[in-house]
Amino acid sequence: MSKNKEYLIKRGNSEYEVIIGLEVHAQVLSKSKLFSDSPTNFGAEPNTQVSLVDAAFPGMLPVINEFCIKQAVKTGIGLNAAINKKSIFDRKNYFYADLPQGYQISQYKDPIVGEGSILLDLPDGEKKVGIERLHLEQDAGKSIHDIDPQNTLVDLNRSGVALMEIVSKPDLRSPEEVNLYIKKLRSIMRYLGTCDGNMQEGSLRADVNVSIRKTGDKKLGTRCEIKNVNSIKFMQMAIEYEANRQADILEEGGSIDQETRLFDTKKNETRSMRSKEDAHDYRYFPDPDLLPLELTDDFISKIKKEIPELPDEKKKRFVDKFKLTPYEANILVSDIETSKYFEDVIKNSDIKLATNWITGELFALLNDRNLEISQSPISSKNLSSLINLIKDGTISGKIAKTVFEIMANESKDPKSIIDEKGLKQQSDPKEIEKIVDDVIKENPKNVELFKSGKDKLFGFFVGQVMKKTDGKANPKLVNDILKKKLN
Amino acid sequence: MSDIINLTLSALIDKIKNKELSSLEITKAYITRAEKSKDLNTYITTDFDNAIEKAKKFDEKGNFDYKLPGVPLAIKDLFCTNNLKTTAGSKILSNFIPSYESTVTQHLWDEGAILLGKLNCDEFAMGSSNETSFFGNVESPVGKKVVPGGSSGGSASALAAKLTPATIGTDTGGSIRQPASFTGTVGLKPTYGSCSRYGIVAFASSLDQAGPMTQDVSDAALMLDVISKYDTKDSTSVNFRRGDYFKSLSSNIKGKKIGIPKEYRVDGMPKEIESLWQDGITLLKKLGAKIIDISLPHTKYALPAYYIVAPAEASSNLARYDGVKYGYRSEGENLISMYENTRSEGFGDEVKRRIMIGTYVLSSGYYDAYYLKAQKIRRLIKNDFDEAYKSVDAILTPSTPNSAFKIGDKTDDPVSMYLNDIFTVPVNLSGLPAISIPAGKDKNNYPLGLQIIGKAFEEQNLLDISHSMEKELSFKNNLQDWWIK
Repeated sequence: MSKNKEYLIKRGNSEYEVIIGLEVHAQVLSKSKLFSDSPTNFGAEPNTQVSLVDAAFPGMLPVINEFCIKQAVKTGIGLNAAINKKSIFDRKNYFYADLPQGYQISQYKDPIVGEGSILLDLPDGEKKVGIERLHLEQDAGKSIHDIDPQNTLVDLNRSGVALMEIVSKPDLRSPEEVNLYIKKLRSIMRYLGTCDGNMQEGSLRADVNVSIRKTGDKKLGTRCEIKNVNSIKFMQMAIEYEANRQADILEEGGSIDQETRLFDTKKNETRSMRSKEDAHDYRYFPDPDLLPLELTDDFISKIKKEIPELPDEKKKRFVDKFKLTPYEANILVSDIETSKYFEDVIKNSDIKLATNWITGELFALLNDRNLEISQSPISSKNLSSLINLIKDGTISGKIAKTVFEIMANESKDPKSIIDEKGLKQQSDPKEIEKIVDDVIKENPKNVELFKSGKDKLFGFFVGQVMKKTDGKANPKLVNDILKKKLN
Repeated sequence: MSDIINLTLSALIDKIKNKELSSLEITKAYITRAEKSKDLNTYITTDFDNAIEKAKKFDEKGNFDYKLPGVPLAIKDLFCTNNLKTTAGSKILSNFIPSYESTVTQHLWDEGAILLGKLNCDEFAMGSSNETSFFGNVESPVGKKVVPGGSSGGSASALAAKLTPATIGTDTGGSIRQPASFTGTVGLKPTYGSCSRYGIVAFASSLDQAGPMTQDVSDAALMLDVISKYDTKDSTSVNFRRGDYFKSLSSNIKGKKIGIPKEYRVDGMPKEIESLWQDGITLLKKLGAKIIDISLPHTKYALPAYYIVAPAEASSNLARYDGVKYGYRSEGENLISMYENTRSEGFGDEVKRRIMIGTYVLSSGYYDAYYLKAQKIRRLIKNDFDEAYKSVDAILTPSTPNSAFKIGDKTDDPVSMYLNDIFTVPVNLSGLPAISIPAGKDKNNYPLGLQIIGKAFEEQNLLDISHSMEKELSFKNNLQDWWIK
């Protein structure tokens, strides 16, 4: 990596490198909770998705949801990680109003998934980011402080929902790398169908660990943990603020206190939540209500067979087979729906044109309307026919853009739009020749000037022909015929 | 009437099946007696009106093929009962009415049994004398001002006083066997994983196990048939091949090898317990069993290990009683003070003591020295039994190191109270089944029990041995009904 591309915090003569590790909490995509059969739908009426187990009634016992285990193993495989055949659920003990059991069931010493990695595509090449572990745990409920002036209200709909905590190694070095890491992680989980990655709904949150050290230093600095950040933008802002705050302290000769901090999105600053001394003693111990989780080789190999082609492999295939540039391939594989759309389009049409139209016009349209590709007003089938109409000369690229716009608003197939609006290209050489003859007749002066060497006037004649045909003349034919007649 | 209450559970069932007695007659007999026995303080909650209704209904169109056809039963107030207050002997649950039924009690009702009410117990089953209950101590029918043992003290007392033909308790460190021993009744703790823990207010999850408390061994077998079933709602429930315990009961134990562990001869054990044990050995020999001396070398570490593991789990299990969702709440200025007020007012001293011990042994810096070490000891104790079972089929010990004591005698000395469990806790730590049967009396005429410990999931063997001994022992409580008003 070249020096000047590094993200460094400068203070006087000093340069600080920023060391970032993420603990991502990803909600497992599952119909029911980790230890109960309550549903997990987002946005339901408060306390309508709560079982006796979720509300921790006396004598209620957790029973592992096998589907959530499968999802975690699947994710582990997607992260090229070691699957631990034996893992243990522990109790993390603390009191809070939205934690009905008085403990969270989590995995502490023996997580279900061990070390793995994620590949990031940086402008100057790939970077491997280490995964420390992935473990399963229960989500807590939600405390609501702003409805009743006197009381805190508690919604237990989320209580017991399965989360995967995915812990990275401290391998990230800039807000941009964090952006790419989260996006890649989300992309992999969406490919696998193990997490919808929806940050607005809280399906993906992260605790961000930040420390800094002078460039060249080998020893890691003291880190601060910024809790529960729920968007990539906020993660980046929090890192930026926190790295600078730490640099200010070190420059003034101070030292960093290991602490947990909160990011205030309104003030764009982090502030102390609790120091290391105040850190909770969670009194972890194996949950005696649950036996150690033991996975058989058969269970794991069955899941391995269900793993779809993941973004990295797909990218390689797109480059090798479809001759896309790595850049194009990256864009097309980053979202599983996009890659599916792309592959649908190219089933029956030109790859190069499809790539350009999807990454160009279609992305601009979706971006403009803030839509997912799955909500695209233009189906892959219709885009494919549009491309074929360009390819076979029925319409020009320019007319195609007009047709595309109509398709975006009316969701019709391109052929009927072309027929309806009479946008079909004029490709009859005899007719074009007639028009060319007319144009030459009407502009004797310019013909003379052209013949005397003013080559640039060729464009003028093309324009005149197009004008007479409402832009529908086949440009190649117009060019050929004009050249023949004028020379 | 007096005939009814003197019948064993199986005799009662026979009379119902032969239509000699109606469910209503029986239910009324027990209710009448309970109403005259209030001084024992065995009940926390009665459900007599409903019981009478259910008995009438049973007599009208009940299924006489059920295992417990129209039999009224009172049960320990640690089992959650749908629509009927369940307190666990605690102030913090003194207003708690479950909307669900524990698996074990559901099995009783599914076999035709009728709930009489909920029996007193030590608060959250923490105690060996039923003196920690928020609802007051229970008196034993064996003597005035005598404890019935604990934590299933209300169950033992009610059973011995003939206020219920049989009952179920829970046993975490001896809570079925010790009160059975103190009251001259039979108490069986099944193998961990036999009876579902679903719907039982948890004390220490890795040790808690429900089991029958009955007048004799056949009744215990009959009750076990009903309550021992695999349950997918309890992840620690074990799907093993359960026997037909009652039907298969045999008193032929010729050739069975019974181990006598030398480590159970503890210092200061009363002579009468020592000779009770010796008599038991002689009896087994007479019945054709082979006596083998064995060693369970880690026995002395069992009690300390137990008093780390059980409070550790309890400290976490009881965190849910926080005043937020159900149960007792004492308001405070903020969340923390509400927690503090609720829990300091809602829990009694013994529960608080164990929560504090448990919190301490799990805390960072002490975890390895206490909790982890206790778990290692637990493994060693289990290994001792595994080793012993290579050469014996079962083990005979006294149930308790002493007989029942007077109310108040040990309340100021928790350690001497904890010593009551010295012979019973190794069994819980190892997950094994064990039964206490009445085998004799002390100088005060208080009952004494012998404990037979079996191999995991071999309850039948345990029942056969105790059944054959019981026949020869022909123990009688001969209570004078002094408490009846």
